[in-house]
Amino acid sequence: MPATHSKAPFWRSMRWRDTRAALLFISPWIIGFLIFTAWPVINSAYLSLTDYDVINDPSFVGFDNYVQLFQDPKVGLALRNTFLFTVMSVPTQLVVSLALALLLNSATKATGFFRTAFFLPKMTPPVAIGILLLMLFNGQNGLINAFLGVFGIDGPAWTTDPAWVKPGLVLMSLWTVGSSIVIILAALRGVPQELYDSALVDGAGWWRRTFRITVPLISPTLFFLFIVDSINALQSFTEAYTAFFGSGNTTYSNDAALFYAIYLFQQAFEFLHMGYASALAWLLFIVIMAITGVQMLVTRRFVHYEGGQP
Amino acid sequence: MRTPLVRWSVLSVSLALALTSCAKGTGGGATATPSAGQFNPSATFQGSISVMGFGATDEIGSTRVDLAKKALGGADVKLIEGDLDIQQFLSSVAAGDPPDIIYANRDQIGTFASRGAIIPLTACVEGEQIDTSMYNKNALAQVTFGDEIWAIPEFNQVQIIMANGDLLKQAGLTIEDVNGSDWSKVTAAAKKLVKAPGGKLKVIGYDSKLPEFLPLWAKANGADLLSADGKTAQLNSPQVVKALEFAVGIYDEQGGFAKVKAVRDSADFFGKGNQFAKNELGAMPMEQWYVNVLNDVSPKAPLVFDTFRTPQGEPLAYSSGSSWAIPKGAKNPGAACRFAKTMTLVDSWKAAAQARLDKRKEEGKPFTGVLTGNVKADAEIEKMLTSGGATWDAGVKAFYEANEHTFSLPANPADSEFKKAWQDAVNRVLNGQDEPHAALDKAQEDAQAALDKAWAGWTKRTN
Repeated sequence: MPATHSKAPFWRSMRWRDTRAALLFISPWIIGFLIFTAWPVINSAYLSLTDYDVINDPSFVGFDNYVQLFQDPKVGLALRNTFLFTVMSVPTQLVVSLALALLLNSATKATGFFRTAFFLPKMTPPVAIGILLLMLFNGQNGLINAFLGVFGIDGPAWTTDPAWVKPGLVLMSLWTVGSSIVIILAALRGVPQELYDSALVDGAGWWRRTFRITVPLISPTLFFLFIVDSINALQSFTEAYTAFFGSGNTTYSNDAALFYAIYLFQQAFEFLHMGYASALAWLLFIVIMAITGVQMLVTRRFVHYEGGQP
Repeated sequence: MRTPLVRWSVLSVSLALALTSCAKGTGGGATATPSAGQFNPSATFQGSISVMGFGATDEIGSTRVDLAKKALGGADVKLIEGDLDIQQFLSSVAAGDPPDIIYANRDQIGTFASRGAIIPLTACVEGEQIDTSMYNKNALAQVTFGDEIWAIPEFNQVQIIMANGDLLKQAGLTIEDVNGSDWSKVTAAAKKLVKAPGGKLKVIGYDSKLPEFLPLWAKANGADLLSADGKTAQLNSPQVVKALEFAVGIYDEQGGFAKVKAVRDSADFFGKGNQFAKNELGAMPMEQWYVNVLNDVSPKAPLVFDTFRTPQGEPLAYSSGSSWAIPKGAKNPGAACRFAKTMTLVDSWKAAAQARLDKRKEEGKPFTGVLTGNVKADAEIEKMLTSGGATWDAGVKAFYEANEHTFSLPANPADSEFKKAWQDAVNRVLNGQDEPHAALDKAQEDAQAALDKAWAGWTKRTN
């Protein structure tokens, strides 16, 4: 006959005491999250069903704002611009970050200095980057076109020609790859040296070692950056707003730089259409969720986790 | 086992929701109309009043603030400096804790008024016995909405023509060729003045200052962008289309807007290396305050000035500026009204002008005047001007003359959307994405839809 154990109630158990302690310790964050994130998110869902101008009480309009989303040509334009920017900028940032991280990883001298040097631009405030873009990419007197001029290339009007505005923004986005470099560098340091030694013995060259050992082993990190950079790119705002809509250009603007977050901001804070802006925000949320889901499904097969899938 | 966790979670969420529900806006409802009895010219005020969007950063501001403090009879004045942050202001009104008075652009007043964010000042004007005839009539029109005055105007920005005399002379031109009185001459002058060796633009011949000055070019061609009652957009009228075609055409004659803008963007606009001092710009219409900047940083630049003129030869300028408004829910509207009144009185402007004159004398520089938005003050200050030599005197004379030939766009509840519609249209043309007529047709549609919606909201709120 098995021995019978008197089971203590859950609220007296060690596990509950641990849970309680854990909840207590994270309670400041939970309260902050509920007040400053969860509640605004819930409230914006409600506001998206209203006509609201900040001052007067919201009036319920049902799904009118969502219907308007599909009739507003600027929503389509802003989504197209944002997708194009994301498609161009995310792979570019990943490739450049990986290349620079590999370079840093192979450096033997002054590694600390180079790491700092690559990370420093990341410290530049985004508004300053927007202004810097206008200066560097100035079609007549900018450094970029002056550099292209050395090779006899007549550089384009990066800041005014709609065809070149997004490529300019993509190149400028490389200004802040410092954090990605640091993350990839940390992953590179975790690749076992013996794998490279074995590959060398087998006569594998640099390219083969990089693409058969390094990239597969750091693929979870690259995947993480791919997802995070994509989400960031889909929410791009400050640099483009400063350069093409804000302090850099108070009256001049360029449709080619109208990103979704900029249009949302204009509706909310310039025109005070808070209800419509909330609907825009929810559409963006759904789009980002969908894109992230697709990315996770499609890229999963390319990600190698040591010990199998997490 | 999950039950306690669920219970705790529900409790936390409920607590947070209960707490945050307290933060629901207090806005809404009709704006309470104050009575004239609330505003008494002999009353004194204690405590303090908060002023949002104004920094007394120079003697023109600080002198008047000192006088306003004195006029309050004891109350202190707290300045929340920097440009008016609309989001911060509206949030404070919604939360029921607005500043006592705000300093806003005149073209923001219609939007604020239509949403009930500010109170009408008719009672303030009546109670404090403010003589509104002293204000520039266009400035006052910009803050008058639905038959009520919603703000007290101050300052007036007007445009004049500024040109580089040396470049004009080299090209065999005079200021009359670029003052707008003959559009074909302006285009011809732009072609003569522009310098672009090897296709690289070095000197802008003529900058028509698009997109911001479309209202000026349109008015010169006999068109208003908006009807006098502020309800009907007139953006695609043939005169506006022609004005846009002409002003864009000037850029096309110089290699396109992209090149002109690139050179414009790289200029040291406020410094010694400005485009006129470096002979990089032939001529442009520009607001009058730039005369003072140029006089300060490059007094020897070879400048010539004239008023901007219509094809009929008449001076013309588009008036804009600032204003004082009292937010809904302000705790001390009486003191705010006195503050606004004192800041814009003729004597206050004269005192401020005297302070500026004294400072300029100390620096050995001429006093080039201030356009106050108060016609009586302007006339008094004009008598105080000191000569800076023929060049600068001509500039000052031009902007005082322009100040008497102004027009403005009427206040309306969709000003931001309206402005955005026509500016977007101009930008699409400048960026080569649209033709002037098509762009303005689209702008007309967008602007009218915004106006209709905003006016319907206003009617609903006031009936």
